[in-house]
Amino acid sequence: MRVGVVTFPGSLDDRDAQRAVRLAGGEPVALWHGDHDLKGVEAIILPGGFSYGDYLRAGAIASFSPIMADVVDAANAGMPVLGICNGFQMLAEARLIPGAHTRNAHQQFIRRDQRLVVENARTDWTNGFTEGQEITIPLKNADGRFIADAETVKRIEGEGQVAFRYVGVNPNGSMDDIAGVTNARGNVVGLMPHPEHAVEEGFGPDTPAAMSSGVDGLTFFTSVLERALAK
Amino acid sequence: MTDQTDRAPHDAEMIDVRPEGHVPDTVANAAATPDREQPYGALGLKADEYAKIREILGRRPTSGELAMYSVMWSEHCSYKSSKIYLRQFGQKVSPAMKKNLMVGMGENAGVVDVGGGWAVTFKVESHNHPSYIEPFQGAATGVGGIVRDIISMGARPVAVMDQLRFGDIDAPDTARVVDGVVGGISFYANCLGLPNIGGETYFDAVYQGNPLVNALAVGVLRHEDLHLANARGVGNKVVLFGARTGGDGIGGASILASDTFSSGGPTKRPAVQVGDPFAEKVLIECCLELFRDELVEGIQDLGAAGISCATSELASNGDGGMFIELDNVLLRDPSLTAEEILMSESQERMMAVVRPEKLDAFLAVVAKWDVETSVLGEVTDTGRLVINWHGEEIVNVEPRTVAVDGPVYERPVAYPSWIDALQADSASSLPRPTGNAVLREQFLELLGSPNLADKSWVTNQYDTYVLGNTALSFPDDGGMIRVDEETGLGFAIATDANGRYCQLDPKQGARLALAEAYRNVAVTGAVPAAVTDCLNFGSPEDPEVMWQFSQAVEGLADGCLELEIPVTGGNVSFYNQTGTRPIHPTPVVGVLGVIDDVAKRIPSGWQDEGDNIYLLGTTSLELDGSAWAGVVHDHLGGRPPAVDLAAEAQLAQLLHAGGDQSLIAAAHDLSDGGLAQALAEAVMRFGVGARVWLGEVLERDGIDVATALFSESTGRVIVSVPREDDVRFRGLCEGRGYPVARIGVTDAQSGSLEVQDVFTVSVDELRSTHRGTLPARFGATIGE
Amino acid sequence: MPTIVVEVMPKAELLDPQGKAVAGALSRLGKGAFTDVRIGKRFEVTVEGEVTDAVLADVRELADDMFSNSVIEDVVSITVADAPAAL
Repeated sequence: MRVGVVTFPGSLDDRDAQRAVRLAGGEPVALWHGDHDLKGVEAIILPGGFSYGDYLRAGAIASFSPIMADVVDAANAGMPVLGICNGFQMLAEARLIPGAHTRNAHQQFIRRDQRLVVENARTDWTNGFTEGQEITIPLKNADGRFIADAETVKRIEGEGQVAFRYVGVNPNGSMDDIAGVTNARGNVVGLMPHPEHAVEEGFGPDTPAAMSSGVDGLTFFTSVLERALAK
Repeated sequence: MTDQTDRAPHDAEMIDVRPEGHVPDTVANAAATPDREQPYGALGLKADEYAKIREILGRRPTSGELAMYSVMWSEHCSYKSSKIYLRQFGQKVSPAMKKNLMVGMGENAGVVDVGGGWAVTFKVESHNHPSYIEPFQGAATGVGGIVRDIISMGARPVAVMDQLRFGDIDAPDTARVVDGVVGGISFYANCLGLPNIGGETYFDAVYQGNPLVNALAVGVLRHEDLHLANARGVGNKVVLFGARTGGDGIGGASILASDTFSSGGPTKRPAVQVGDPFAEKVLIECCLELFRDELVEGIQDLGAAGISCATSELASNGDGGMFIELDNVLLRDPSLTAEEILMSESQERMMAVVRPEKLDAFLAVVAKWDVETSVLGEVTDTGRLVINWHGEEIVNVEPRTVAVDGPVYERPVAYPSWIDALQADSASSLPRPTGNAVLREQFLELLGSPNLADKSWVTNQYDTYVLGNTALSFPDDGGMIRVDEETGLGFAIATDANGRYCQLDPKQGARLALAEAYRNVAVTGAVPAAVTDCLNFGSPEDPEVMWQFSQAVEGLADGCLELEIPVTGGNVSFYNQTGTRPIHPTPVVGVLGVIDDVAKRIPSGWQDEGDNIYLLGTTSLELDGSAWAGVVHDHLGGRPPAVDLAAEAQLAQLLHAGGDQSLIAAAHDLSDGGLAQALAEAVMRFGVGARVWLGEVLERDGIDVATALFSESTGRVIVSVPREDDVRFRGLCEGRGYPVARIGVTDAQSGSLEVQDVFTVSVDELRSTHRGTLPARFGATIGE
Repeated sequence: MPTIVVEVMPKAELLDPQGKAVAGALSRLGKGAFTDVRIGKRFEVTVEGEVTDAVLADVRELADDMFSNSVIEDVVSITVADAPAAL
């Protein structure tokens, strides 16, 4: 399965997202922000980083890139799209999913191995998990605080659009401990933590079993491959 | 032509580095007006240096030339006070040391062959003075600068590490500096997408007005991608690309780094640069694409002294001639004078030498990344660096006189008047605790002391995951990065320094720093291969400081020769003093090692139940300059611990063999705080307890319990070995004849560190003691 | 050349952590009389030619779509300024 990973000026985790796709058994395809060419991919990842230096607002300038028009069209037509961290911010700026992000409540960049609970295991990117499953995914950002107005939060919660929630520690002051969100259809998912950093033994978070052995993130990428096979 | 009369009137108290007159001083004018007064003193040049410049040129320098010489001949750029000593790094070199060295000293960074067609480039640099004035931007641009040095070798930067030294942790100003520096490093490095994989954070009152911010970066490249900073090929274009040039840091090199702060005196003109890591990230990707497409013949990054430095260095290293139209420089501030453009230290700029036939392709790549660029000129065969402004020659120099053949000083050296008394005041005369309660109390006091305490407050602000190749990072002893995803080939890197040891004996202190960094690489399972250094000292105009410097360099050079690992490059930072009080001599030594497969890496703490714990090496009474002496008795005196580099090499080989054969589950070196601290750290690493007994060691080495726990004898490592590997491990040690004693066993059930017949401390108490110190001063550690 | 100034502030009901941090610092400096600080953004957009109604409408749209994120921010003013004085 061809999975596109878009590189914007300032993208940092694009190569890591490509590696994750490869390890999951897919074929990563590099996409360029300035093109209108999705190269026939079947899913798209907007990776983490500091696109455009987070200038104006994190993800804002990227959301106006030429390729985002194509990404939006594809998403509206049902293509699976995953936004990781900065990618989540871009999806929110592009209004593909609800909410917005501001500076972490404590004003600092934070990197930690974050425990999450999977709230919605039906989306294109989470169908490999079970609802209520707890996973550990690395988190690293400065502008990760999820915010939405009361009405929107109510809607997201009510309609099962919360994809992940922080467990134990809310690392950035996100409303309702929301760590990730999906659209109504379940093909577009955004989350703050970085699943692409928990896909390879020896390079993921520590687990009780062994140092750096956590690979909970791999399921994101195998999920979308499974979903494609099922179609 | 820009009308320059409407520029803002400048503060009369600021040093005006602009020469008088709005019209730049041409070469013709300089020849015609030999008696014009020139402000060489304000630019940092001494009278004899100015005279020398006149002699070299055969006339007075133009204002532009004066500006160039003044920055390039400053201490920071020319190493004039240190050159005669640094030569040792290039001279004390054996054939074995040259074997894997692809690029040695003198280039932007050293390059080491690590096998499989891969090379690693690394270097450490200082950005001390700017980080005191403006901690955030000072530290941020320090990271930016060292990363650009790595890019300019043709490498992709893959990791950073920082060595930070601040004043007293409780002094009010310290929090300001700590907040800014850590924030700045976090901001810049995270935005570049570089994992921060180690380093040190240290507090001592001697650094109060002179914090040390050293930044190290490592890059990886294929052999064929190696680029050097030379301008070869007559007719090749000289291209400036990256950020536009503005008024950043004008005169920073000559004025800021080459002069001390007088306490309470008026601050010098703020010449601190502001960094834009996004611009640098884009520059990294742009450069890598240029390298991949082979569009660049030579490349140089712009740092201290900006265009003056880049042009003169490129020209010196190449065919010797270059012609530049300074008007072609893209400006952020159109009111800059020609001299200011030459001296500007605007960040995120690179200079490349490009074949004319490749220029279009070059410009296409640069445009793709939205990076601005302009062709400034070309390589010539005249042997002169000629710079024109508005059609007239304002600079015409022989580039080597600017960049290479700067002044070489032989500063007076004087044996310090105070050192004999200091060395006679040994810590062995201090009362050592004998009762268990006091031993336990002092152990915890050390564990919670600022320099031994947990640094998560700092390191939680750094990305360690980006690029997906981080095999080891803090709190392990060295950082380790995978280079080849197929074979697992990787490198390890560690940095160390101990200003207290160096104050007692700078030569020995430098050797100790080298031994410790070497050992820190060895405990990860890697083989030490090369060295970089950042030498932080007081004023070179103080003969006692020069003595310290000369001793430290000699100690380091001799040590490297003994260990057969070369110094590949580094940095000297002088003038770290307020008034007449210099900092402790603080040479930071970085050691790079190579590991065949990062899967063989060894963490610093044990994870399993029932492993045997061994202490490698012997212990004697060596508390002088120790953490124990400092924390418990506020004492600094005596002679630092002895170093046996041959033994360290033996130990390293033993560790490598053990790691290679997967016999060693954990290895942690002993240094500050001695055995007690090492045991605590190994327990806290994964929260697995241990039962330890000291009887055999006390008897074999003839020492008391306090010495066993707190002495800082070198050549020692604790390892944990799984039961099934025990026999083979012992065989390994016996075969190599290295002293080894079984001192304990790991105990996951106990939830504590028990030193039998001495004290027991629960993992919870260890952690709460260890983790409380920095948050108490700087705010809660987020996410704990 | 005329300049149009757009000011954007975080929505009143939202916590403004930066503003809060600055307010805290003011009180620590003994300036307790200043009880609240909120921090926003000011955009200065230079226009070639006259500022017509069409130009203003354009700026309003830009302000809503790009300069601000209506989920968390409000455009509080759009004014036409004279060319800024040479600094």
